[in-house]
Amino acid sequence: MQRVSGHRQKMEVFTLIFPALFWLTVFFAIPLLSIVVYSFLKKGLYGVLVWEFNLENYARFLDPLYFKVFGRSFAVAVLTTLGCLVIGYPLAAWLATRPTRFQGILLMLLMIPFWTNFLVRTYAWIVLLAREGFINTALMSLGVINEPLGMLYTQPAVIVGLVYGWVTDMVLPIYATMVGLDRSLLEAAQDLYANDLKTFTRVVLPLTMPGIVAGSILVFIPSMGAYVTPDLLGGGKVDMIGNLVQRQFGSAQDWPFGSAISCVLMAIMVIGTLIYFRISGGRER
Amino acid sequence: MAESIPAVELEHVTKRFGNVVAVNDVTLRIAEGEFFSLLGPSGCGKTTTLRMIAGFEMPTAGVVRIRGQEMGETPPFKRPVNTVFQSYALFPHLTVAQNVAFGLEMQKVPRKEIKQRVAEALEMVRLPQMANRKPKQLSGGQRQRIALARALVNRPQVLLLDEPLGALDLKLRKAMQLELKALQSQVGITFIYVTHDQEEALTMSDRIAVMNEGRVYQVGTPREIYERPNSRFVADFIGETNFLTGRVEEVRGEQAVVLVDGTVRVVGTLTGPVSRGQEVTVAIRPEKLRLRPTGEVQGRVEELIYIGTDTRYVIRLTERSRLTVRTQNVGIGDSQRFRQGERVGLEWNDESALVLVE
Ligand SMILES: Nc1ncnc2c1ncn2[C@@H]1O[C@H](COP(=O)(O)OP(=O)(O)OP(=O)(O)O)[C@@H](O)[C@H]1O
Ligand SMILES: [Mg+2]
Repeated sequence: MQRVSGHRQKMEVFTLIFPALFWLTVFFAIPLLSIVVYSFLKKGLYGVLVWEFNLENYARFLDPLYFKVFGRSFAVAVLTTLGCLVIGYPLAAWLATRPTRFQGILLMLLMIPFWTNFLVRTYAWIVLLAREGFINTALMSLGVINEPLGMLYTQPAVIVGLVYGWVTDMVLPIYATMVGLDRSLLEAAQDLYANDLKTFTRVVLPLTMPGIVAGSILVFIPSMGAYVTPDLLGGGKVDMIGNLVQRQFGSAQDWPFGSAISCVLMAIMVIGTLIYFRISGGRER
Repeated sequence: MAESIPAVELEHVTKRFGNVVAVNDVTLRIAEGEFFSLLGPSGCGKTTTLRMIAGFEMPTAGVVRIRGQEMGETPPFKRPVNTVFQSYALFPHLTVAQNVAFGLEMQKVPRKEIKQRVAEALEMVRLPQMANRKPKQLSGGQRQRIALARALVNRPQVLLLDEPLGALDLKLRKAMQLELKALQSQVGITFIYVTHDQEEALTMSDRIAVMNEGRVYQVGTPREIYERPNSRFVADFIGETNFLTGRVEEVRGEQAVVLVDGTVRVVGTLTGPVSRGQEVTVAIRPEKLRLRPTGEVQGRVEELIYIGTDTRYVIRLTERSRLTVRTQNVGIGDSQRFRQGERVGLEWNDESALVLVE
């Protein structure tokens, strides 16, 4: 009986991420398949593919260097997801409680920055965070600091950039579940002696969980595979898997190894997502 | 006997939403253990009144007291009342038992006691076997009962119910009316019951407040409200009534002679002070009128409708006024005593015709 509602909740999450899923299937199915095939091939001279089945590419992962990059990517993606959640959840709640006639406009305002090119927006962060950047200049002229802070080319800078880039993907699914939340349930909780905090933890949070799950997946996956942001805001010091892959396909000319990294990344994300579904679905049971 | 403290007291309570006056200067005293109904048409301010008692709305002016305690800005979770919502508002992510336990958990009642009280509450609404279901797996009537159990398990001093039977079909509604009433006398908790269904209010309530446009028009027992409405609105809203308009010709103590439409004289009982020449309304219920072959007041049978238990006659009294008469079909021939077009006499007891000023 309880499995039915767990299933329902999963269906709800599924509906929320379906558009993205559809997109991915149609536009990535074919490239995906070729990546899987490449990952079992051998690299010849000058990046030529040698059609010879082997597991060499996967064996190379045992090198601790790659472990470290994977670990860092995971940490950055988790922190990015948490950052998006911390900013996105209250924002979604605020949006959903505005008068209906303003909600459309506010959602538009939220999206407008995303009409500009992603690179341009990332460069804007460089302008803000650099040694002679906006923040340092402002803080120094106010006398808060004497020396410029080294903010750019650090892991936090990468996370800030990623949070900025993906926060709307967190806001939208949460907003959708918030709007669907029946207000009389909040009143019922208050009527049954729950104060504001208890009303939130016992009623609002569990009922908006499908939005949190969907949003987290939508943020975590692209963060884990990011390469532009760590490249620009990490300045080569905060390498993530994306950069590794990019290098194999670019300067290193090692497509089979690049493909193998991608496959491992994908496998981890698929398994991770499934586990996440389990855990968040299990909370309710 | 010293007057005991009312369970709930509203004193000159007004609530405005912008320009809308939802509740206008309402004063009510609801006694301990009473089944009290707020009755009135849609938009008259019933829900708003209830929400001010629950604490979801704060009065613009006036005072709400619960057991003598002034409520002021006290939030809902600190008031000794519970609400049964019109939509039930059961928590969809919790089982029936968890829903019922919610209020007790929030009040930090010990686990063991919660378990026992939840079981008792489910027993009381006769749904113990539903404990582990989710609200979506229940029928409308079952949900209604769980909402009731969820509120009553807290043993509130006052239970507020906002059209709790509104979503049920007629038959279930009737059954639940009786069940609710029985439950109320069993637990002895004060019930404040909002409804727009006059029959429901009449069958269930100890007392009724009839509301219209934010005001309370009349407070009284079902009998008082039905037999002695104090205004045209109340007489019209509760049951079926004939209205005649005319001028007061003569005041004789408790009674007045009214000249209806300048042609027919009727005698009615006063509900308030009137003076000679004043324009008034006379209200008479159809079942209080008797038809005779002839009489002082006469009319012509315009229509005759046989409706099984009763026969309804529409009698043309004057050019402007008609009266509906309801007679019970006691004998087989009763429905054929008078024919269409026939002149008949009309009789009633003086106390059945009410002279209304408002
Ligand atoms: N939150 C609000 N904001 C503005 N106006 C409101 C609000 N709540 C109620 N009103 C108005 O106050 C008046 C009384 O509303 P209320 O809900 O108390 O009526 P009601 O008697 O319960 O009606 P119904 O039988 O339809 O439920 C209505 O005119 C309504 O439009
Ligand atoms: Mg209402």
